[in-house]
Amino acid sequence: MGLNFISSILFATVVAGTPLIIVALGELVTEKAGVLNLGAEGTMSVGAVAAFAVAHHTGNPFLGILAGMGAGILMSLLFGISALTLMANQVASGLALSIFGVGLSAFIGKPYESVALASVEPIRIPLLHKIPLFGPALFEQQGLVYFSWVLIVAVAWFLYRTKAGLVLRAVGESPVSAHSIGYGVVRIRYQAVLFGGAMAGIGGAFMSVFYTPMWVEGMVAGRGWIALSLVVFATWRPARVMIGAYLFGGCMIAQMFVQGSGVRINIPAQFLSAMPYAATVLVLVLISRNRGTIRLNSPASLGQTFLPDA
Amino acid sequence: MWLKFEQRPEPSKTMSYLSPLLAVALMFLSGLILFLVLGKSPVEGFKVFFLNPIKDSYGIAELFLKATPLMLCAVGLSVGFKANVWNIGAEGQLLIGALVGGGLALHFEGSTSPFLLPGMIVAGALGGMAWAAIPAFLRTRFNANEILTSLMLVYIAELVVSWLVHGPWKDPDGFNFPQTKLLSATATLPILLAGTRVNAALLLGIGALLVGWIFMNKSFLGYQMKVAGQAEHAGRYAGFSAKRSVWIGMLAGGAMAGIAGISEVSGPIGQITEHISPGYGFAAMIVAFVGRLTPIGIFFSSLLMALLYMGGEQAQQYLNLPSSISKVFQGMLLFFLLGSDVFINFRLRLVRRRK
Repeated sequence: MGLNFISSILFATVVAGTPLIIVALGELVTEKAGVLNLGAEGTMSVGAVAAFAVAHHTGNPFLGILAGMGAGILMSLLFGISALTLMANQVASGLALSIFGVGLSAFIGKPYESVALASVEPIRIPLLHKIPLFGPALFEQQGLVYFSWVLIVAVAWFLYRTKAGLVLRAVGESPVSAHSIGYGVVRIRYQAVLFGGAMAGIGGAFMSVFYTPMWVEGMVAGRGWIALSLVVFATWRPARVMIGAYLFGGCMIAQMFVQGSGVRINIPAQFLSAMPYAATVLVLVLISRNRGTIRLNSPASLGQTFLPDA
Repeated sequence: MWLKFEQRPEPSKTMSYLSPLLAVALMFLSGLILFLVLGKSPVEGFKVFFLNPIKDSYGIAELFLKATPLMLCAVGLSVGFKANVWNIGAEGQLLIGALVGGGLALHFEGSTSPFLLPGMIVAGALGGMAWAAIPAFLRTRFNANEILTSLMLVYIAELVVSWLVHGPWKDPDGFNFPQTKLLSATATLPILLAGTRVNAALLLGIGALLVGWIFMNKSFLGYQMKVAGQAEHAGRYAGFSAKRSVWIGMLAGGAMAGIAGISEVSGPIGQITEHISPGYGFAAMIVAFVGRLTPIGIFFSSLLMALLYMGGEQAQQYLNLPSSISKVFQGMLLFFLLGSDVFINFRLRLVRRRK
């Protein structure tokens, strides 16, 4: 194994982890407000196809990101209307969003399945990208990779260093108390849900416009669900999301690792493809095993419907 | 003046039955709008999508054929959903059921034993149960969220199927197609009505609905599950085990999904391929909700869902639309149902806005 090989493994890990970071941070904020939105998979899918379509028609990948974000916001608005305004069960509403989104993306995306998109040049940080081993992974990436790092800091700062973040967490811990001292629980939850949707949309856009870059039905392939699991893995803490995302990113490129290592191992490709899913199950088990950790860290009202007048 | 939701003193029974009908009506309405937006005539679109598939007796037979796996999966899932056990991995349990049952048939290739077919169905049920037992065990033993684990196992199951049909189980004379040998006549479910594809699995489906009804309404265990779902604390106080609810809920879903899987393989498909299910395990969740988690409701909603699948095929053929339009309709239906359900617990009131 040469240096170049390790360097490209690091690079690919960061790329594979990026959509997970963005989507998981959006979901983390949503969950911190006490809302469990299981619709990330559907939102990502619609974000991916919207971004792809716009990037294809305009030739501008940046407009693609905006389209993905807009589509994500619209999708999460559907969830909000169902789970917040109409007070439907959050689990069922999220499932509905995932089923609807995956179907809708397949429907809209059909004409784009045979279309290719030019790959976007990465943003090279002068000099730094030439550092051996880490250079390409850290300093020769797409803009959204840098965005994902900024997002971690921004989300952590917002949640723990601003008043708005404190209020959002209060809504997630005890919506009744937050309501009784005059905070609009439903309004704050809407904002958190829409932020989560925007991030899921951007995560989808990264997949279709920058990562692959193409659109195929089912290309999100469970990343929305893995991002949800990441939030549990991170015990609702932004910085830990990054660690988890790169762990899973590493799992996702396991195939490349095995092929490139030069060692002839006879493992069916499907086993390697199953690794991220198996790892997700394993990680959920390891984290959830300790009931205290989960109870201590998860927002107390997570998943519970808030009735404004009850 | 504006509208405001006001909590009803107690949930409305009438609305809980009307809500699914309202949801279906809203789905039809948005279907008309969707066809209009897509530049198709709404009347023509509606006809092709909802009426064409069942315009003759063959179509109606196909409707029942496609409704069978849905009603099987949905009745199993409804047992868990009633107790708030969220098994969303029925699709994976269906696939593993298909593999285990189909594998039995492949193993005893050439057998003419009358026990082969019943054995395959039992094996299918056991396969589905085994796959569902994983999230049940992880939930009861390690507290791991069954929503996420059961869903992850769907992806793994798909990859297991893919590995087997591309590798060890591939038909050597199959021109390298990723599929197994065709099952023999002994290993194939008998056709109920000559000239159609409707097979004995429909009887299994209806049988499952009956068993489900007896379990939920006439057995103490079923009652315990309902209480555990509606009032967790009351259930715990009465000494009903939450772990048992998880196990029963998951295994019921897994068994039924497994039977659905083997019924497809030993029915209309006749071999194991990568395309055993067009998402029946996911659609069955919608079937269960729209059917109000009751067997009678599930019977009708599985027919509706089957119609949506068939409508998608028709739309592809005659309207030049992707067949995934079915899934758009399925998703809309669930959203409309969840939205309409607000009227079970609330009513709308006109209130004057106070300044």
